[in-house]
Order: sequence, then C-alpha cells, then structure tokens
Amino acid sequence: MSQARKLYAGADIGASRTKVVLIDEDRKICGHATEKSGTDFTQTSERCLRLALAMAGTGKESIAGAVSTGYGRKNVAFSNDTKTEIACHARGCFHYFPEAITIIDIGGQDNKIIKIDGTGRRTAFKMNRKCAAGTGAFLEEMAMRLDIPLEDMNGLAELSTDMVKLGSYCTVFSGTEVLENIRHGKKVEDIVKGLFYSVIIRIVEMDSFTDTVVFTGGVIAHNRFMAEMAREILGKEILIPEHPQLTGALGAALYALHDDETEMLGKMDF
Amino acid sequence: MVEEKEIVIRRLNTARDLGKFMSEYYYELDAASKSGDKKIAWCTSVGPAEILRGLGFLVYFPETHSAMLGTTRMATELIPVANAIGYSPEICSYLTADVGAFLRNVTPLSKAFPGIEKVPRPDVLVYNTNQCRDVQDWFAFYAHRFNVPLLGINSYRGVGDVTGSHLASIKMQLENLIEPLEKIMGKKFDMDLFREAVKLSRECSDLWEQTLATASAKPSPLSFFDGTTLMGPAVVGRGTEAANNCYRMLNSELRERVDKGIGVIDNEKHRIYWDGMPVWGRLGQHSKLFAGLGANVIASTYCSSWIFSALDPKDPFESMARAYTELFIVRDDNYKENYIRNKLDFFDVDGVVYHNSRTCPNNTNCLYGMHQRLEKETGIPSLVIDGDLNDLRCLSDEQTRTNVEAFIEQLEENA
Ligand code: SF4
Repeated sequence: MSQARKLYAGADIGASRTKVVLIDEDRKICGHATEKSGTDFTQTSERCLRLALAMAGTGKESIAGAVSTGYGRKNVAFSNDTKTEIACHARGCFHYFPEAITIIDIGGQDNKIIKIDGTGRRTAFKMNRKCAAGTGAFLEEMAMRLDIPLEDMNGLAELSTDMVKLGSYCTVFSGTEVLENIRHGKKVEDIVKGLFYSVIIRIVEMDSFTDTVVFTGGVIAHNRFMAEMAREILGKEILIPEHPQLTGALGAALYALHDDETEMLGKMDF
Repeated sequence: MVEEKEIVIRRLNTARDLGKFMSEYYYELDAASKSGDKKIAWCTSVGPAEILRGLGFLVYFPETHSAMLGTTRMATELIPVANAIGYSPEICSYLTADVGAFLRNVTPLSKAFPGIEKVPRPDVLVYNTNQCRDVQDWFAFYAHRFNVPLLGINSYRGVGDVTGSHLASIKMQLENLIEPLEKIMGKKFDMDLFREAVKLSRECSDLWEQTLATASAKPSPLSFFDGTTLMGPAVVGRGTEAANNCYRMLNSELRERVDKGIGVIDNEKHRIYWDGMPVWGRLGQHSKLFAGLGANVIASTYCSSWIFSALDPKDPFESMARAYTELFIVRDDNYKENYIRNKLDFFDVDGVVYHNSRTCPNNTNCLYGMHQRLEKETGIPSLVIDGDLNDLRCLSDEQTRTNVEAFIEQLEENA
C-alpha cells in the first residue's frame, strides 16, 4: 500500500486578507486560497483551508502539521504552532531566493523590512507602526477619494506621463493634497502614480538597502507597476516571488514541515 | 489551537515593605498639606532634593504622581484635558496627564491611599532643567495656579566632559536657591542638616546601584519591570534613612535569590536591556510578554538614572552640581553610547529594546542613529518599539507584541 500523502499547512491571517498555503514534502505548493479576513478569523482560516485542500485534491487527513502567522495567528483552530509574520516572510522568501536579501513586504495595514543573510538567518527587521502611510490602507483610502476601483490603480499609474508629487507623509494630509490636485485639473493617472511613488518613498526612508531587494505582499501582487517604479528609485534589481501575497503563509507551511522533519529525526534510530 | 503557556514571574517579598514606605510618605505629605504645620516643596525627579531636605521641607515629586496616572491608566483620559487648554499632545505626557488630573480634580493617590483627596499643596516649586525643559513649564503651571514661588536650576544639556565651568555655574545656581528658600521656610539654612541629607542621598544611590547590579547574576533575580516600581523610594525618599533601610532589606532578599540561583522568571533564555521610559500603563502586560518568551528584561538606562555617585557630604554644593550634571540624560551621545555599551557588557545582554517614547525625546535614545551604531559596534541586535510613557493613544499593543515576538524569535534562531 502506498504511504498517505503528507501535506503541511501555513495560514497567514493578515489584518486585511487571510492566506492559506499547502505544501508537500518536496516543498511544492499544491494548494492555496486567499480571502478577506473579516471578523471571524477562525472561520475564515477554516474556509481557506477547505479551498486549498480542494485545490490540492485531498482532505484534512493529509495534513501532517500546520503553523499560523499574522495578526490573527492565535485564532487558527487547525494550527499546532505560531510564528510571527516576520519569521514567515523571511522563510518564504528565502525559499525562492536563497541568498542575502532585503524583503520589503507591503501589507494591508503595515509594511515590513526584513534583512536576511546568505544562510537564511534573520539579521534585522523593521515594521512601520504609526500610520497607514506606505501601506495598502493608504491606497484604499486614496482610491476612495479618487472614486476609482482599487484594482484599476495599477493600469492608471502605467498611463501616467506627468507624475504628481505628493509631499506629505500623513494619510489625511495626502488626502487633502489629492483633492487639491483634482481641483487643479491634474489627471487621475498622474495622481495615482504619485500615490505609488509616495508608498515607495515611505518605505525607502525606513532603512538603507544594500542587498538584493525582494518585494512581497498583496499591494505588490496587485500593483506590479510599483515594483518597476521602485527599481528606478532604488537603482536596483527587484525580485518578486511567484506568489508575492503568499510568502508569509508559505513560510508558515515551511516551518510546519521543518517541525515535522525535526520530530521525525528525533524518533529515528540511528 | 495553540495553548497559552503559564507564565511564572516571582514577586519580591520586600516589594511590600517598599510599598509601605511609599504609603507613609504620601500620608505624611497629606497630613502636612491639610494641617499646614510643615512646609512642602515640589521638586523634579533629579532636582535639588538634598537642599530642600536640608531646610526641612517635605519633598513631593510630581513625576512619580504622573507615573501613577500612567500605571492606573488614568492618564490617557486626562491628557486631552490639558491639550484643550493649549498643552500640545506632542509634549511630555507626564506634564499633560498631571495638569489634566489637576484640572479634573482627580488623583490616583485617593485610590491607593484612602483619605487622600488631593495632591499636597506646595509652598514652593523647584526644578532642574537637567532632564528637559518640560519640567520648567510644568512647574510654571502650578506656580501660577497655587500662586507660590517658582525656583530652578537651568542646566546644560548635551554635555560631553563635565568641566569646571559647568560645575561653577550649577554650583552657583544651587547656592542661590538658599536665600529665597530660607525666606519661604522662615528659618536659616542648616549646613549640618544639608550635609546629612547629601550623605543619606549618596548612601541611597549606592544601595540602589547595588540593587540594580544584582541583575548581572544568571538568572537575574530582578527585572526592569520590578525596578520601575522598586525605585520609588530612591526617587522620592533619597536623603532619608527610611529609604535606605528599604534598600538594605531589598538587597538582602536579592542576594539570597542570587545565592540560591532563583530567577525572577523561569527559564531565562534571553537577557534584554531596555532603553527609554517604561510604558507605565503596560508594565504588567510587557513583563508577561517577555517572560512568556523566555526573555528577561534585566537592566535599563531608566532605572539607573537615580544613581548619583558624585554626591559627597564633604563638599555638598560642588558634589551636587557634579552629580546632577553627570547624569546620563544630561550628556552627549558619545557619552551615552559608551554608557550603554558598558551596561550591555556588564549585564551580559543578548538584545536591546529601545522604547521610542512619543512625548519624551529626552529619554529616547534611538532618534539620532545611536541604536544602529551600537548594534554595529557590539553585534548585539536591537529593536525599536513605538509607544509612550503615559499616552496610550500612541501605541498599538498588537504591533508591540509582534515586534517583540519577532525579535525574540530572531535571537532564538540565531543563538
Ligand atoms: S524627561 Fe521626559 S518624561 Fe521626564 S519630565 Fe521631561 S519630558 Fe517628561
């Protein structure tokens, strides 16, 4: 009889989206799901797990271990351990790019800069903590002000020929600046590009960037043009993993696999 | 779902004795305020308390009161009251919380010490701007409200080497306090009493230094979070024998813990240094957060601020000038960097947490790149957390938790 298929789950419960990733013993992603986190993290994570399992074509019995991360990491019923999103993003990105990297993760509510060395060791991290500037929430707020769907922003920014520079780093002040620019008849696409620029600058001023930069998070997943702009601003090559929004969940799943392997090693009779 | 672990934090028995000291201290002030039979001076926490004691004043420290507004979490509701009369939310939240409490006519003292309804009424207010300018403005508010004299020392800031000219100026300012204080007190300054206060204050400083040094033991018998409340008598009682007795008792309990290898937490895996003010309204929460991760915050810049090793009864004015200028908070970044480096070494620290306190840049040391320089020089990783001493509107518990957990994970993975 063939051995049952073993899968490892990683759940990243972000303030805005919940992501679940399933990997197999070869570290391959075989299922994933993303949903709005909503107000019941336990239910949302269960729902994502079911969807990811369906994609993998298997059931809950295949799960050999699960780790949760993110804002709602303590609310995941199926997880055996928790890790911070910093650890998980680092793990997930190093999986794709095993070298000294600096990760810039732009999430819905915060952004993070994580530095890892060539062996995958985390050497430093920073989170923006004080306000929405430089996060997805900033873009959402501004899309509302401009009365455009969030998903149209990337396309609009690409069309810009004369970017509007916004000076303030306060979301509320930026909102006023946006209104002022609308009043002055500036084109929406030029304002949107200015907003992208503002997000990048908020991040650039958080740290210095010497290693290769990897971009992750939902904002970059949906606004690839921002990475192009960042490439210009930083004057560096920028890498983006295959699923930029899933690196946290992938990292969590890799931790689950690692824990299981460690446990197995402990049980082996050498 | 992941089970929460049980967290062990061992309380010190002598904390109760120190609590008794604080209670007697406040009741004595309250009685004097009600009866008017003893004069009361308000003094800044690193102000010229010894001179005031030498003249026979009872000394009250508004900063300690404000810290109580913080620990009781009354501060966050009171700060806006001061904001409304023009004190910015960006300035010292000790000041704004205290002024707010005064305007609302509330005090945490009445909860802690039944029968006390108000803060003691001052006969004089004496500040030293060695720590910041805010204390001068803070005391000026009360000078106006109570219509009492405001005296003070205007200190140097950002001092590198403490030179003769620094000392000469501060010494003269200290001496110049005597005459107006004599008038308020209605009696002559007694040099012997003053020397005695300086002597007792120096003893208190030495004893407190010994208290803090016990944290170099592994495991540490003491945490920063304990220190922030245990230091009460060293702040408000320095210059009295009763305060010194508290620390004799405390130190013997700590030595016993060290001898028996008893730590304040179980399983001290990581030894953390805290720089900056405590978040008063989150002391318990932060202490549990670190303890739950096997990390003990063993030492801090803040608790060491009440060490005045230069005090010398043989030369009381000059030595006071030196002691209150030599302080960490008065110095330049070069001195501060060295100071912290020595502490990291002495306490054998694995990681440093800098509290970027929104309303107290004076006690925040991660604003001019020092934290990054120190990290590079020592190889000891550091973390900056945003918050405030009193204003809980300036912090996010979730962000703090994630940051601290991620930092300890990093220490663990790199161990
Ligand atoms: S040192 Fe900081 S906390 Fe203390 S009184 Fe001055 S501003 Fe306030």
